[in-house]
Formats: sequence, C-alpha cells, structure tokens
Amino acid sequence: MITEIKEYMSVNFLISQAKNIQIVIDENAAEIEALDQNIGDGDHIFNVQRGLKLVVELEKDIKDLPLQKSLNMIAMKVLSGIGGSSGALFGTFFMSMAKTPDLDKSVDFSKACEMIITGINAMKERGKADVGEKTMMDVLIPVSEKLNELKSGNKDMKKGLSEIIKIAEDRMLATKDMLATKGRASFLGERAKGHIDPGARSSQLIIDTICKSVINQ
Amino acid sequence: MKKFINNVDDFLKESLNGFGKAHSDIIKVHFDPNFVSRKSKTKEGKVSLISGGGSGHEPMHGGFVGHGMLDAACPGFVFSAPTPDQMQAAAEHVDSGAGVLFIVKNYSGDIMNFQMGAEMYSGKNDSIITNDDVAVEDSTFTTGRRGVAATVLVEKIVGSLAENGGSLEECKKLGEKVNKNSGTMGVAFTSCTVPAAGKPTFDIGNDEMEFGVGIHGEPGRKREKIQSSKTIVNNMLEAILDDLKPQKNEKTLLFVNGMGGTPLTELYLVYDDACEILKSKGIEITRSLVGNYCTSLEMQGASITLLKCDEEILKNWDAPVHTAAMRWGM
Repeated sequence: MITEIKEYMSVNFLISQAKNIQIVIDENAAEIEALDQNIGDGDHIFNVQRGLKLVVELEKDIKDLPLQKSLNMIAMKVLSGIGGSSGALFGTFFMSMAKTPDLDKSVDFSKACEMIITGINAMKERGKADVGEKTMMDVLIPVSEKLNELKSGNKDMKKGLSEIIKIAEDRMLATKDMLATKGRASFLGERAKGHIDPGARSSQLIIDTICKSVINQ
Repeated sequence: MKKFINNVDDFLKESLNGFGKAHSDIIKVHFDPNFVSRKSKTKEGKVSLISGGGSGHEPMHGGFVGHGMLDAACPGFVFSAPTPDQMQAAAEHVDSGAGVLFIVKNYSGDIMNFQMGAEMYSGKNDSIITNDDVAVEDSTFTTGRRGVAATVLVEKIVGSLAENGGSLEECKKLGEKVNKNSGTMGVAFTSCTVPAAGKPTFDIGNDEMEFGVGIHGEPGRKREKIQSSKTIVNNMLEAILDDLKPQKNEKTLLFVNGMGGTPLTELYLVYDDACEILKSKGIEITRSLVGNYCTSLEMQGASITLLKCDEEILKNWDAPVHTAAMRWGM
C-alpha cells in the first residue's frame, strides 16, 4: 500500500516542506510573538524564522547531496545559526535523524516515521522535558507516539496523518492551562497559566503543514 | 522604535565590530562563529573561563574579558542563547591545556547550547550555573531560579582565582560558593525593545513597576504601583534577605546594577537607601559595586545583589582586573 517510497523523506521533500512551513510561520508570526511576550521573552518567533530562512537558503548546497549528508548540513546550519532553545532542540532533531542507518538506500514511510520518532526522542533528552511541562514537547511527544503506531504501515496512512493533525492541535491548546516547568515561562509560576506556549504553537503549525502536504500528495 | 540601527540583521555584527575597535588593547573579536577573546594568549597552566549568553546585557559578558576575569565570551543574538559552535571555537582558541570552565546563566536555551558546546569540545572542561535571582521561587514548578547580576561577581571572583593558578576544580568550587552566597532582586519601570521585534517586550503603565523582573523583560513576582525609592529598595532587600539569611555583622558586598535606562544618579540614590536599610539590620557592607553591568537593553530599572563574603571571596574580589567594563589595581 505504500507507493512513491523515496518521497517520504528525500532532500527535495525536506526543502519543499521548509518552504511550506516558512509561509505558514510567517502568516502566524504576530500571534506566536504575542504568545511569547506573554510568558517568555519574545525571541522564539525570530529564532524559528531565522532557522527556516537558513534551511531554505541551503537548497543550492544540498539539493544534489545524499540524504544523510544533507541532514547533517541542515543540523549544523540550524545549530549554529539559530541560537536559543529552538536552535539546540531543532539542531538535535536533525542531527539524530541523520544518524539513522542505511539512509541513502531508500526511505519508505516506516523509516521516515522512525527517523522523526528518533529525532523527537533526542529533543526530549536534550531539553529534559516531557509532556505536561508547557513546551513544544507537549505537541511533539504525542505526535511521535502516534507515528509509532502508524509506522508499521498496517493502518490507513492518510487517516493516521489526519489524526496527527488533530492530536497536535489538541495538545497545543492544552498547554494554555498548564504551569510551565521548563523554559523562560517556568519562572512565572501561576502567571504562565492562561497562555498557549509559543513553542507548542509553532511546532503544531509545522506538524500541520507537513501532514497536510503529505495527505495531498 | 528609536535606536541606532543601520540594518536590523547587522545589529550584532556592527556592535561587536565597534566593541573590538574600542578595546583593541584588551580584546579581540572573532566572527563566524562569534566570540570575544583576550588579545593575549592564555598563559600556560591557567584555567580558561568562558561565559556567554544572549546579547543585550552589555557590558556582560564581552566587557568582562581580560586580565583577572574571563578568557572568552560568546555573544548570542539579542536575548538568545549563543550556539554550540561558538563555545567550541572559543574553547579551542583559549584553552592552554589547564581546562575550561564555562559560566552559564540558568536558562534552558543557555544550558542546552553550552552543554552541546561542551560535548563538542574535546578538551577538559566543566561548567557552573548561576541562579541568583530570588524573584522566582525555586520550586518543583520551575527550571529553578534565573541567573542574573551575580554572574558578574562570579566572573570577577573566579577570574582572579584562575589568574592566580587555581585548578579547574577549585575555580568551580569557588564559583558555586559565590553563586550560593548571592541573592538578586530586580525592578523595572519600563520595558526594553528587542531590535528584531521593533516594539516593547511588555506594556507597563506610566505609574507602574514590575517587581522581580528578569533581565529579558520577563515578568516577575507582581505588577505594582510605583512607590518611593526607600519603599522599593526595602521590598527588594527583604526578598533577598529572606533568601540569603545573613548573620548579624556578616560582611557583604552590595551591588546596585542598572538595567540600562536608569541614570547613575538614581543608582547611587538606591545604593544610599540600601546602605541605610542594611545598616539598620546590622549587616556590614564591606565592598560595593554600582553601575550598569548586567543590563536589559534600554530598560529603566535596577537590581540589587547582596553577596555574603568570606576572606577567600574578598581577596579575589580585590585582586587586579583589567577588562573593558571593570578595571582596578592595574
């Protein structure tokens, strides 16, 4: 049932997703910035935008390279070009994806899921954050768990991705009533309640964009 | 936004360029990756101290690179943690073989990026984390307390020990002691404006202050109506003393730090109020520091740091220092 095998995680796929995400993030930048100013210090949106710009600009350097090498170059670019928590976390994400064995043979849906799951686990480890702490991990960890169910390929992939879109949205909204225990918002205690976490919002938008694009392929 | 800017994207680079030119006798600015090092090489056997963090807190940390203080500083974008390649490059540049001590303020982004930098650096290294801000409770619901102005004191005091041959372990131990012996409380009257954002980080009324503000304009304990300096200073000191619990007649260093937009005239007035209040409580002030050292761009406001001093701390505080922002004894 799985066709167009390479398309699930090719260099082209990564670049076109980065471009799609860039458009969506730019459209929602004011909202994310406002969320961050409520509970953080306002740098998150600039970091995400800077990172996306850097990845999109990498196109000419990586478009003809093997996947593993491209992922490593993306990781280093993100790690050295963004800064803040986002840079460290997304850099870690790409770096660990690049460590997946046999990347340059073929990446089917199952392996693509595995790569993302590995990447999210590495972010969890780096940030020492779990669900319920009002961070982007509130969105990413449940998404990773759902991908783990889907990766066997026995389920309807499009239906599964629609479910992921819903999970990401629900979990993003759920950060509103949480107390923060990680990141700048954690210093606020009760005052962080009532605001959606900006990292959860940007992550949800990223997940939403990728899933919709794969569903419509 | 009214700032001296040519192009927002070049803001940091141009500022670092100017810093390098203005202090070319003491430091050298390196680009891609960005770090500030001493002009001269680290002497053989001396532990190297490297700090860093988001820009916008100048003179911290680049202004503290020089004899008796830091060996290198890694500036991130305004209010954003620097990246691991900066720490790696700085460590490779300054380490003379005696090891590197990273001095990191307690923010998630700084901790993660410094950790990755430390992992990427193959030489001997260790880290200390500063968390002197008493404004936020150290409870299970927080990452812990924020690292703020006492970081300046840690860098000066540990810098002196490193200059005088202290080992990596000894430097770390002293840094942790200074951090533990310090408490800081900050107040803001106005917001700051991050250049990339172009507008104030938070809204605050003309007659309001943020009590317990962080050094990035993060909210603190509460929003209040502005009061007399004596009342504000008294509330700040109460928060610090509650936390530090100094003994009667214990020697202390009193540090009044400006957030960037408050004139020295006012900082000295704050110092006067703080002296009176501490005196009435029987706390002895043996050393002082007043000025803009750990700032938040153009924010109006101040923080007070109290450091409990023993002989080791005093000796290292008094030792000669020659940096862009702090100089005495040489």
